[in-house]
Amino acid sequence: MKTLRRIALAVVSTIAILSIVGSALPGFDYTQQDRLHISAGPSTDHWLGTDAVGRDRLGRILHGTRLSLTLAPAAAGLSLLLAFLFGAAPGFVGGYSERAAKTVIDLMLSIPWLFLLLMVRCLLPLNTSPIVSAMITFLMLGLLGWGVPARILMARSRALRESEFVLQARAMGVSRRRLLSVHVAPNLCPVLMAQFWIALPVFILAEANLSLLGLGVAEPLPSLGSLLREMEGVLSIRGDLCCFAALAVSLLVVGSLQVAFHHNEVN
Amino acid sequence: MSWWNKLAIRILLAALTIAAGGFLSTTLARYAPGFGSDERQLDSRFNQESREAFRLESVAERDVTTYYVKALRRMVHGDFGWSRTLRRPVRELLAERGAVTLHLVSAGLILAWTAAILLVVATWLAGSGVIDIVCATGSGLLLCLPAGGLALLLVVLDGPAYLALALVVLPKTYQYLSGLVQSTAQMPHITTARSKGASASRTLAWHVVPLIRREILALAGATVGMAVGAAIPVEALSGTPGIGQLAWQSTLGRDVPVLTSVSMLVIACTVLGNTGADLLADEPRGTS
Repeated sequence: MKTLRRIALAVVSTIAILSIVGSALPGFDYTQQDRLHISAGPSTDHWLGTDAVGRDRLGRILHGTRLSLTLAPAAAGLSLLLAFLFGAAPGFVGGYSERAAKTVIDLMLSIPWLFLLLMVRCLLPLNTSPIVSAMITFLMLGLLGWGVPARILMARSRALRESEFVLQARAMGVSRRRLLSVHVAPNLCPVLMAQFWIALPVFILAEANLSLLGLGVAEPLPSLGSLLREMEGVLSIRGDLCCFAALAVSLLVVGSLQVAFHHNEVN
Repeated sequence: MSWWNKLAIRILLAALTIAAGGFLSTTLARYAPGFGSDERQLDSRFNQESREAFRLESVAERDVTTYYVKALRRMVHGDFGWSRTLRRPVRELLAERGAVTLHLVSAGLILAWTAAILLVVATWLAGSGVIDIVCATGSGLLLCLPAGGLALLLVVLDGPAYLALALVVLPKTYQYLSGLVQSTAQMPHITTARSKGASASRTLAWHVVPLIRREILALAGATVGMAVGAAIPVEALSGTPGIGQLAWQSTLGRDVPVLTSVSMLVIACTVLGNTGADLLADEPRGTS
């Protein structure tokens, strides 16, 4: 399992480095159009060919991956922060706050958040810029995707609350705030990390689904989902080129899941 | 507490969750950055008076509580509003498309569950690690593809839409079921039964399944929500005229009344699916 985890981390890191370095290179501008090579195949100028308006596919894949790898972790971080506030903290405090938080978590878990996301997405102003639309999409993912990690964190912090070292610390007069920040939070870190790696592929896939429907990141900004959407038109003609975005999504998801499973085993 | 009291509490909780979910979706819609911006206000074919009327329409919807209470009251009387984009009552649209989605989701769920159960049973009976690795790798790969991507692939390959839905539900169902069976198989009484010569099939049917029955039912409830959620990209991309496609079309057309009703309906389906599964798992004594 350790080898699998290393492979997964290597895959995710390689993709991240390639997308960050590659997208900064001058030849890979995602907006630049080569009007002489519309829907062209691979060549020395365009390694993976061009799309229907002459934009370099490789450049767009690199920029799309960078966007997902920048915003998805941010969204995962936000959802974990909310999970900590609504799951770990009430779970540690117990009593009415725990019961109230559990009800809110159950509510969040029973709502299919893709519908809520669609609703917010449909109400964005018509003149929203592509980068703002991308940020709002991931922000909403972060705001709506904290239910599962919150439930797991709540169970873990409840177990910690009843653990012997916490009871002893409490008996010694340690305040509740200090208990939470010094004794409980560090013990929740492995769970938080595992949940982070689980949330990452979930958010990448959710964005891909939204962009496939034309409701995710707006053009001309590329995203993994919008690149997959291009498959619809060209898969039958030149599937090998368009599958790169699918491959990037799959590798990212496999990598993240492997890391998450490893963390779960540790826990 | 008697089973009937539990039933009443669960139904009450389900109703409260549906109402709270509806309120949450309305609140999200109200505070979305573009709330109140109606493209008809930019349409030069409408005169000033009409544009002012459109503006006032959206102003009237600004108070979330009032708007939600009014909408809820209308819904109780069977009035789900009017679709601006499709120019038809939302109730008619939901009735028409609900049947299509029900058929799609049912077929997808049945296929996914049948495949998952067959794979888990085959792995158990064969007792070979190779089948387990093949199944785990296959489900892992399917897990990596977005529902829309699967739907797109099946459109290109001329496959049925319910297959895409089944492929979305199958990997999660298989992985969870397989994990449950494997963890239960390590329990001492199962090991004892096997060592006393009980066959693999008998052990599975008589010793493993009864122990994980509740978890299976809970998973069944959860997969309903999963399938309903996946129905949006699958229906939209495969051109199936169901609730998912309606949600997508109304999103593109910024048709809030339709989206609110669809959200409520979907929340109701998910909550009722979960509640039903919980109730079955919690059945009264003497009936099992």
